[in-house]
Amino acid sequence: MGKISFSRKSLGIPYTLFLVLFVVAPLLVLIYYAFTNGQGQFTFANLVGFFTNPNTLGTLFYSVAVAATTTAVCLLLAYPTAYILAKSKLKAKSVIVMTFIMPMWINFSLRITALKEILTLIEGNLAYYPFLNAVIGMTYDFLPFMILPIYNTIVKLDESLLEAARDLGANETEAFLKVTLPLSVPGIVSGIAMVFLPAMTNYVVLDMLYNSTYIMGSLIGGYFAAYNWNGGSMIALILLAIICLFTLLTRGAEEENSRGGALL
Amino acid sequence: MEQRENIIELKHITKTFEDGFHAVEDFNLEVKRGEFVTFLGPSGCGKTTTLRMIAGFDVPTEGEILLNGKSITDLPPNKRPINTVFQRYALFPHMNIFDNIAFGLKQKKIPKDVIEKKVKKVLELVDLEGFENRRVSTLSGGQQQRVAIARAVVNEPEILLLDEPLGALDLKMRKEMQLELKAMHKELGITFIYVTHDQEEALTMSDKIVVMSEGRTQQIGTPEDIYNEPKNAFVADFIGDSNIFNGIMTGHLKARFCGGEFVCVDDVEEGTHITAVVRPEDVVLTAPEEGTIKGVVTSVIFKGIHYEIAVASGKNEMVIQSVKAAKPGDLVGMKVDPDNIHIMIAEDHTNIFEVEINRNHRLEYNGTVLDTSLTKIIRGSRRTENGMLIDAAGEEIDPKKIRIMAAIRPEDIRMTDHQDEGLVQGYISNLIYKGDHYSYVIHTDIGQDFVVDDEDLWNMEDQVGLIMPVDKMTFSVRR
Repeated sequence: MGKISFSRKSLGIPYTLFLVLFVVAPLLVLIYYAFTNGQGQFTFANLVGFFTNPNTLGTLFYSVAVAATTTAVCLLLAYPTAYILAKSKLKAKSVIVMTFIMPMWINFSLRITALKEILTLIEGNLAYYPFLNAVIGMTYDFLPFMILPIYNTIVKLDESLLEAARDLGANETEAFLKVTLPLSVPGIVSGIAMVFLPAMTNYVVLDMLYNSTYIMGSLIGGYFAAYNWNGGSMIALILLAIICLFTLLTRGAEEENSRGGALL
Repeated sequence: MEQRENIIELKHITKTFEDGFHAVEDFNLEVKRGEFVTFLGPSGCGKTTTLRMIAGFDVPTEGEILLNGKSITDLPPNKRPINTVFQRYALFPHMNIFDNIAFGLKQKKIPKDVIEKKVKKVLELVDLEGFENRRVSTLSGGQQQRVAIARAVVNEPEILLLDEPLGALDLKMRKEMQLELKAMHKELGITFIYVTHDQEEALTMSDKIVVMSEGRTQQIGTPEDIYNEPKNAFVADFIGDSNIFNGIMTGHLKARFCGGEFVCVDDVEEGTHITAVVRPEDVVLTAPEEGTIKGVVTSVIFKGIHYEIAVASGKNEMVIQSVKAAKPGDLVGMKVDPDNIHIMIAEDHTNIFEVEINRNHRLEYNGTVLDTSLTKIIRGSRRTENGMLIDAAGEEIDPKKIRIMAAIRPEDIRMTDHQDEGLVQGYISNLIYKGDHYSYVIHTDIGQDFVVDDEDLWNMEDQVGLIMPVDKMTFSVRR
């Protein structure tokens, strides 16, 4: 008996090692840098600095604006798409789902470069519409991440629940609003998490679109490029805090509906 | 004051799915107000499809559904005064029990205080007082079942449809719920239409049973009718355990089947081919010489209140329920009270007999190897190099666990004077003229009777051999 439990425990060793090496240790390093200055002394200066500097605060709000708009646009495009896909009785359904996922397999820089050419053709000079271009680029990049979790929840939805709603006197619209929509919330939450947070940091999209605006990711990149490890770490830590907050807020919805097919 | 009119009528209902599958064919039914009607049949018989058409989830391809004399065939489900208890309950997981039950009432815009009162009352009815704020996932299967029933009956529907509602419950719970549902039916006075594949459940609960098979109605009647007077072999086989034999009327109130001549009470014309049904509990074990037929006990299973005894009599098998024990190998006699023999006129006279599987997985009958093999009969099966038989899924098939039944039509059998040429030998025990041919019954040496059609006249008692071409036989597998 003792032997068995020993061998079972030892199965966890590689995982623990990995966790310590690649998750816990870097996090500790991050925290260390965030709360020290260039000389290695403990300080809150980085934290205070972030929230008192109008530039960094401005970037934070701009990032949130870009990410929120991107998420909203993605959601508006993805929900009907996922719904139609999940409800269609087409035999080639999985093929159509694939076509939406396919872009994820094509090299990212190739896709954005192509987008840049198209936008240049339409707008003439990309610099005129930085916010719009940021949203278009991000939406193009993240749309599949919104479609997939929503599609998964809707496709797994028990058809008899809708029939029950119809049976109890709801017409098709009411059945959708009272059953399908609330039950696809886990997919929506999952999709939002997969779009909103990356959209705050993925400055490569902006860079490649010759965008002069700054988002949180650009800020971190900028600090690190200037060898300001402490400032960069603090911003990364603040982002982490935002992620944690977001997860905590959405966990309630997830728990209510643990049977949903969230992707996170 | 009871209204005697029919609440719902189904007229010539046919449902054909897009892939061409005929789920229901020419289904006719009248249900009286307040009745408890059960659709009974094996899976795939069309009972659930019929229920779904009454609910409005499926639209019949042909035919009409009348509710109180008015057609509701094209009415969507939300416009019908009918509610359903679903097979897997279909409770809304994102709502608490109160909101689940109140769903239909809120839909009807009923005032809040009335809804609260009604929900409270219906929760009392299903014995779940105080469960209003519980979540669905915290309830046991039985409790969810009750909520599903409450959610449907709270709307006071004219008809309550129940689609195998007890299928997911364990045996004890199922028995309890059967009684509770029956009591609820009495208390509410609502018409119940119930779907099940469990014949015992149907017999216990229903006022009227509709036995279905392959999309068609086999018999409609009270539980007593269905059990005691099955209309055909399917119903007899499906309802309760039955011994079913092919036979022939050999005289006034005399029937020959299972290798013996029995006295019966059904007045059927002499020479008619029949199907005889004998319930296992109606067979009386006697001393060998006192029975109408005799046989050797092949198995005895203790079932708690009785023994289930299988007796081989020639090629026939009789299953008997008896409070007296017997030992395998015992020679016993069997007799049946004339009242307990149910005679049905056979619609077709196909001879059905069991063939044996020999060591090489070939089929044998009466010591002759038939020119076919098991792998042809069990679709997708094949023999491995080391002599094992595996099915399409790659699982091993144990030849001892399956029985192969062969069927051959009377016109495909030929009689010959050269007995050795026949697959089996016997004498002509009965003949009748059928207008353009004679129909013979051959009583064979191995105890099985065969019906043979022949244009020529043979004499009674003639010794003949029966030539049965293998390519005219159809085989089926029983597990």
